[in-house]
Amino acid sequence: MKFKWALLSLVFTISTVLIGCEPVLVLDPKGPQAETTANVIWLSIATMAVIVIVVFTLLVIILFKYRASKQSEDYEPPHIEGNHIVEGIIVGIPVLIIIFLSVVSVKSTYEVESVPKGYEDQEPLVIYASSSNWKWHFSYPEEDIETVNYVFIPTDRPVEFKLYSFGPITSFWVPQLAGQKYAMADMVTTLHLAAEVPGEYMGRNANFSGEGFAENIFNVTAMSQEEFDTWIDEIHATAEPLTEDEFDRLLEPGHLGQMTFTGTHLDFLPPPEGEHGGHNHGPSESESPSHMEHEYSDHEDHEHHDHGEHDNHDSHE
Amino acid sequence: MEFFDRFAVPHPSPLIYASMVAIGLTVMAIILGITYFKKWGYLWREWLTTVDHKRIGIMYIISALLMLFRGGADAVMMRLQTSVPDNAFLDAQHYNEVFTTHGVVMIFFMAMAFVIGLMNFVVPLQIGARDVAFPRLNAISFWLYFAGAMLFNISFVIGGSPDAGWTNYYPLASTDFSTSVGVNYYNWALQISGIGTLMTGINFIVTILKMRAPGMKLMKMPMFTWSALITNIIIVFAFPVLTIALLMGTFDRQFGTNFFTSVNGGMDMMWANLFWVWGHPEVYILILPAFGIYSEIISTFSRRNLYGYNSMVSSMAIISLLSFLVWVHHFFTMGHGALTNSIFSITTMAIAVPTGIKIFNWLLTMWKGKITFTVPMLYSVAFIPLFTIGGVTGVMLAMASADYQYHNTMFLVAHFHNVIIPGVVFAMLAGLTYWWPKMFGFMLNERIGKWAFWNLAIGFCLAFFPMYITGLDGQARRMYTYSEATGFGPLNMLSFLGAGIMAIGFVLIVYNVYYSFRHAPRNVGDDPWNARTLEWATHNPVPEYNFAITPQVDSSQAFWDSKKHGYQLFKDDLKDIHMPNNSGLPIIMAGLFFIFGFSFVFFIWAGVILSGIGILACMAYRSFEKDDGYHIPVKEVKETEEKFGGAKK
Repeated sequence: MKFKWALLSLVFTISTVLIGCEPVLVLDPKGPQAETTANVIWLSIATMAVIVIVVFTLLVIILFKYRASKQSEDYEPPHIEGNHIVEGIIVGIPVLIIIFLSVVSVKSTYEVESVPKGYEDQEPLVIYASSSNWKWHFSYPEEDIETVNYVFIPTDRPVEFKLYSFGPITSFWVPQLAGQKYAMADMVTTLHLAAEVPGEYMGRNANFSGEGFAENIFNVTAMSQEEFDTWIDEIHATAEPLTEDEFDRLLEPGHLGQMTFTGTHLDFLPPPEGEHGGHNHGPSESESPSHMEHEYSDHEDHEHHDHGEHDNHDSHE
Repeated sequence: MEFFDRFAVPHPSPLIYASMVAIGLTVMAIILGITYFKKWGYLWREWLTTVDHKRIGIMYIISALLMLFRGGADAVMMRLQTSVPDNAFLDAQHYNEVFTTHGVVMIFFMAMAFVIGLMNFVVPLQIGARDVAFPRLNAISFWLYFAGAMLFNISFVIGGSPDAGWTNYYPLASTDFSTSVGVNYYNWALQISGIGTLMTGINFIVTILKMRAPGMKLMKMPMFTWSALITNIIIVFAFPVLTIALLMGTFDRQFGTNFFTSVNGGMDMMWANLFWVWGHPEVYILILPAFGIYSEIISTFSRRNLYGYNSMVSSMAIISLLSFLVWVHHFFTMGHGALTNSIFSITTMAIAVPTGIKIFNWLLTMWKGKITFTVPMLYSVAFIPLFTIGGVTGVMLAMASADYQYHNTMFLVAHFHNVIIPGVVFAMLAGLTYWWPKMFGFMLNERIGKWAFWNLAIGFCLAFFPMYITGLDGQARRMYTYSEATGFGPLNMLSFLGAGIMAIGFVLIVYNVYYSFRHAPRNVGDDPWNARTLEWATHNPVPEYNFAITPQVDSSQAFWDSKKHGYQLFKDDLKDIHMPNNSGLPIIMAGLFFIFGFSFVFFIWAGVILSGIGILACMAYRSFEKDDGYHIPVKEVKETEEKFGGAKK
């Protein structure tokens, strides 16, 4: 009995603390994708709270009413096999709840996996985000610049992050803008998001990737399109070009601060998509999208002479 | 000296040197102690060579408790390290090794061993059998598990621990990124103990299907036996996947193949899939026996029959099927698209329905009952609300879109500890307390037991509920530290305090064993809990032949019926009892397996070949060995029964 109250008061305290403090990142969305997930989370918390309250109430009542110390010596509990109506209820109601949540889950999953709602007819900004131990490289193929450990994005415009990794599996995560997606060495995955509030957001690799994992973080800054364009121009005016040698140095394991370059590494080291994908090694000359054969040859052995063309290939998801 | 260089620990620290000394001293103390008290012969005859399911069960449980403390020490170290921002108690590499070993030890060597230990002890008694179907195979299972556990545990001081997480994802676990022999240890320790588990699975399926007492139809089996049957069926289907995945990993790491690499046609995602095709059913391998234990305990201490027996059985069967259809939810974020995620999201949520049935059935079992709050019942009563919280957060995680935000965060860590600790660990402690008099003939002290329970329950809430919040606030799991600016500090400190309180709880349990061993009365009788199922129809502690006369059964609570309705359990007369002989072969084979694994980890081919030949020789010897067991004559059975206070009628 004491335990029940201890537990209830604990849950109560925690929820008070939760409400009292400033909202936690995931529930403080700054863009449509994160807003969808935050809404789903609140909805599921509310639904689940009903179940928790029902179970807790039943348990407290039963423990209180049927404890031995409250009953006469000679009370002998009855033998009860089960009851079809009761069993129908304890199956039926959870089934209805699960159906409801399934609909929510499927609908919202399709939402966050596609271009944010209301942004379908805008041209997305494409940014390749690749991880290496323990850094993030952001390549802007259109703008022809590359940054390390920070990324600027315009607000109110869809952004398409193309994710891959130069090492272990990592997980790209900006809690206030969208949920996670893995970055892997043998394919490119796509994460759609948009920011609606200018500001700086924490981004990190959420998937354990070895010794430097804890500090594998990056900054996301959302700003208006004009400011973004000014920033791009500034970089073209001030930053050094990214050379192949320089990029090889960047790939070495370790931590780097924030860095900025003109040009992208995509030019000399194409991402693992289309014909460069880990599981789709067609001959380099072939531009036909229909070739399905898998040629198991070393990725590194390929010579890449097709500068600039890889952007046109679709990632295969 | 070059030969010995490979055994050096790659990241030595004072902590590791201290462990080396501690391990060395403990081993020496044990050896000297046994020699001093002249117990080698006793140990060898009665325990190391035993094929008795009860003793094997007890050895499993002792090993599991040892591993619980090993894994628990890891846990406290982790919580201490993250209790304040920018802590320097452990460095990153060390922390990585600690959380990896914590996960592996707790799942494979603690929880699995505890579950299998209790199944070993209880199942044959509950079905009225004299032993399991293949007693010697059972001994091999245990010793293989033990060899695997020991192999894994020496990695800390010889050659280095695995550091790629208990999920061991490639390519992080490949030789490119995990250069020490740690992951080799992971592969071989799990391989060896996994073979043991697979044999246990086969053994128990046969035992339960073929060796039930006359009259015990399938739908008249006690609920724990039902849970054991379904669990072992899952083991037999799931473990071969792990065996093959580990073998492929071994080939990748030690022979340069490319199963899980990201070049040359390898596929790192395949490891994640294979691992979780085994890993998700594994969750149910742990939780279903726990459900069985709770069913027994709640029914006993509510003085009522289990409500909805049929729906309890069918919900377990449905869970076991669904458990193979949900593995993708462990990596919704891998980018396989909305359709795949939607399907696995729905199958995952569907598991909530049969699980919910069970929760409500337990509540309805207590309804109109006469509830006494013994220690086992306290664990069971705390299990219901805590597991409900764990279960509903599971449903939240199952919603794929939301999971993109929970994945890899402390929210997930909070969730799975929320199901495993109140679910599995509480069940094991409850079961151990409940069946303790069956094992040793005396009861554990209730007062100390209650203190331990409250520490564990309150400590658990303090340790894990804050993680739900830090997870939503962006704290990824497996981070060895965080900056002060994140604001994770206070809640992590709370977690550390909770972990400390839990540690006190576990120490109290050990003290309780010591205290009760010294002071508890030995005349508890054969039915101290007023129980309902067949295992209580024989003596405490159980004689080696279990039942002097094979019982005949007519319901799932035959013993209760015999007490209340005058049902005759033992209708036959005493006969000679046929028993299996002890054998030293299992422990010798496991020792050879240990050498085999150890040599393989370090590429010592001579050791691999010699121990491999040794293993095959043991198997050949067994094939030609003629061993028909022995008989206990009626006279001796009678004497034993007299000693226990008269033959059971």
